[in-house]
Amino acid sequence: MTQKKQLPPGFREVYNDSNCEEFFVNMGPQHPSTHGALRLVLRLDGETIIEIVPHFGYIHRGIEKQAESGTYLQFIHLSDREDYLTAIQNNLGVVLALEKGMGIGTTERGEYIRVMMAELNRIASHLVYYGCFGGDMGGQTPLIYGFKEREMIHDIFDEVTGSRLTTNFFRPGGSRFDVTDTFIPRVKAFLDHLEPTMKDYELLMSKNIIVLERNVGIGVLTREQAISFGCSGPVLRASGVPYDVRRSDPYSIYDRFDFDIPIETDGDNYARYKVRIAEIHESMKILRQCIEKFPEGPYRSKEKPVKLLPGNYYAATESAKGLYATYVVAVSGDKPYRIHTRGPSFANLAALNTMSQGHKIADLVSIMASLDPVIPEVDR
Amino acid sequence: MGTPVIKKEKPISAKEYCKRYFGRILRSWSLVQGLSVTVRYFFEPSRIVTEQYPENKKTLKMHPRYRGRVEMIEDAEGNNHCTACGICERACPNGSINVLATKNIAGKKVLGRYLYRLDSCTQCGFCVESCPFGAIRMNQDFELSRTDKAGFEMILNKKEGQG
Amino acid sequence: MNSSIFIPSVTHPIGDFIRSNVPIPELAFLINAILCIIGICVVAFGAALVLVYVERKVCAHVQCRLGPMRLGFHGCIQTVADTLKLLFKEVYAPDGADKFLFYLAPMVLLTAPFLCLCMIPFDHNLQVANISVGIPLIIAVNGFGVLGILLGGWSSNNKYSLLGGLRSGAQMVSYEISLSLILLFIVMMAGSASLMDITTSQSGTILDWWIFKAPGIGIVAFIMFLISSTAEMNRAPFDIAEAEQELTGGYHTEYNGTAFAMFYLAEYINLVTTSSLATTCFLGGFLPPAIGVAAVDHALAMVPGLIWFFAKVGLMIWIYMMLRWTFVRPRVDQLMALEWKFLLPVNLLLLAAGAVFLALGWVLP
Repeated sequence: MTQKKQLPPGFREVYNDSNCEEFFVNMGPQHPSTHGALRLVLRLDGETIIEIVPHFGYIHRGIEKQAESGTYLQFIHLSDREDYLTAIQNNLGVVLALEKGMGIGTTERGEYIRVMMAELNRIASHLVYYGCFGGDMGGQTPLIYGFKEREMIHDIFDEVTGSRLTTNFFRPGGSRFDVTDTFIPRVKAFLDHLEPTMKDYELLMSKNIIVLERNVGIGVLTREQAISFGCSGPVLRASGVPYDVRRSDPYSIYDRFDFDIPIETDGDNYARYKVRIAEIHESMKILRQCIEKFPEGPYRSKEKPVKLLPGNYYAATESAKGLYATYVVAVSGDKPYRIHTRGPSFANLAALNTMSQGHKIADLVSIMASLDPVIPEVDR
Repeated sequence: MGTPVIKKEKPISAKEYCKRYFGRILRSWSLVQGLSVTVRYFFEPSRIVTEQYPENKKTLKMHPRYRGRVEMIEDAEGNNHCTACGICERACPNGSINVLATKNIAGKKVLGRYLYRLDSCTQCGFCVESCPFGAIRMNQDFELSRTDKAGFEMILNKKEGQG
Repeated sequence: MNSSIFIPSVTHPIGDFIRSNVPIPELAFLINAILCIIGICVVAFGAALVLVYVERKVCAHVQCRLGPMRLGFHGCIQTVADTLKLLFKEVYAPDGADKFLFYLAPMVLLTAPFLCLCMIPFDHNLQVANISVGIPLIIAVNGFGVLGILLGGWSSNNKYSLLGGLRSGAQMVSYEISLSLILLFIVMMAGSASLMDITTSQSGTILDWWIFKAPGIGIVAFIMFLISSTAEMNRAPFDIAEAEQELTGGYHTEYNGTAFAMFYLAEYINLVTTSSLATTCFLGGFLPPAIGVAAVDHALAMVPGLIWFFAKVGLMIWIYMMLRWTFVRPRVDQLMALEWKFLLPVNLLLLAAGAVFLALGWVLP
């Protein structure tokens, strides 16, 4: 009877409970709520999760290796394809690192374009989060609502950058194009539309008793755990750590704007939800300030992008999901020796096992949604 | 990182329990608030955002900057500005472009064939950006699917380049 | 046992015509029975086809979409095409499944709503079987449905299906209790378990419907009925047995083609049955919504009862759909807690309150 059970790879065989009749369920890579090709092996006792072992790499494309065979500029379009929900912000992160190496900056108008596009992208990403969060809990209507408003942002992107999702917009020294004349009115109209709409959406979800019951106290990540797992972005801020690169290490012109960093201390699903909804409002605040002060002038600096001087360059940006950092090792020639990007989703997803132990399968799904991972970024 | 620990909820007092129980009943009002949103949206057809795609094909216009597939800018006679310099070929991250040069009667290097592979193209637009002569552009064609693989490999120029 | 319950007691003109003109009574009974079966099938399948379309349209308009628009006017024959597609699909069972039970499960699930539909009075003289123990029989037959889901979940040889089946077993068995208690409440108030008698006990004005007739508690009972019947039907937000986001489809993960179509059909016929039950018990069944003004009442009474009945059923179905497309799904343990800690005590209190109201004569005349 005391024969050792053969456990699937990755599990620790120490859990012993005489009442426990555990079994293993393979969740993914094709599963409606693993947000892509993520495979989780669940060790269950009834419906209670004992342990989770994730398996990554189903859509590994070798993006960082590809970067080594292309020029510096060509990596910008690959960064679109890491976290496709925050393509603009990834572009920005890479471009900032390259600019450090080239020793150039951008113009005033260029900075404003960058901030506006990045904040629009943050709203878009958080709207997807809003949708997936509702959708993963079984509400199809919030899912569509979130995506509906995001489409309007993508329409703006389409007009300005020429693509809805994989924008490939920023360049060292500025951006690919100047914004169109209709950009500012469109953003204004969108903000005026979003404000009442968000009110409706919050009415639908924020105080809803079922949402509260399912998320308050679920997936708690303490402050220490969040720091030790290297979490960042809304996941970290929901655990009470006031870390936002825009405030603690301001890049571009974020130090000129008046905005708050929303912080919650509970560290549960609902805290992460509240942080993200508050961030949508903060982004709207930044966008309104940008519209007021949007300057005329050249969109791209006159300095020609030169080759990177040999050395190591690092730039950190705050993407919608957290810390997006780019590390460039330049040796010689026009190709990078190595480009590494530190994406937020991978580190955030590492906390999944800790967060979901002892909860039900249904909770695992909502915890996943509250982490808001994008699997192509995890797998690269 | 040892034994997986299943967290157990702490027992609560009867008073606390009653408080939570009736608090939940009171907070069920939020369900009515949620319903008010969906019912309102149900009766407002002006909010509908669906586009009827194949039906609206005639009126559907992409933005001028839209990145469809690459095409060569040609005048009425089919002449282009390409000098077969190959900068676009080097700028392409995926090797989707091959510029095959040839020599004209005067012995000058001109464009022979401009090979473009749509299947490996990611529509990044680096080729258009890098072209110093403005010889290529990305068109507004967004229906890029084909039923046969052969259609993906195309020669963009109708005539050889003038140099 | 009294054999009279097997003889249709409803006096419909067609039934009377056949009974008086066919010489052999057994043959007349048989013809009547076949007519009834055809009628019920037409109602059930027709309603299911329409409802799939209506649900897609309601869902779409809640979500600011258009829904099906291609086939026919505003996509009205989309469901016909979908049904045809499902029927022409290859039917296969997964490896290791218990084939017999696997194919039996959808059929078992489909029988219950059909049986319930037989006892619903659609009009003054349009009811297949007016049974004096109508409500208890409906409760009994409804319990049959859970068997189909359990069998389907168990026989699929899939862990997700098994979890879905077990969840649904626990859920339906629990919610049956509160559903039964509410129906008992109505039986107590109406003084009869026959659905025809329950309907006729509400004749008069709108205020004589049971939702208003018992002041206050009628509306509470109606809300309780809404909650527990939604759970009993396995519809969102209580669709934890399917739980697409968690269990990829729950008990019908492995079903396809005709078998899946039957699960789908059962869901919608169940919707019709439950809405009919709600209409009969709370909204006055086929009676017109009279308001007490003689001229208006006379005009309302001119409309056939069948139309009133289906109008009220339509309203109920719309309410169920709005609930489905608004709320998120509670967790499985919360669902159980809702039943045992909230619905059951409230329903018992309701029953007691009903008895007190009756004894004190607080029921509206």
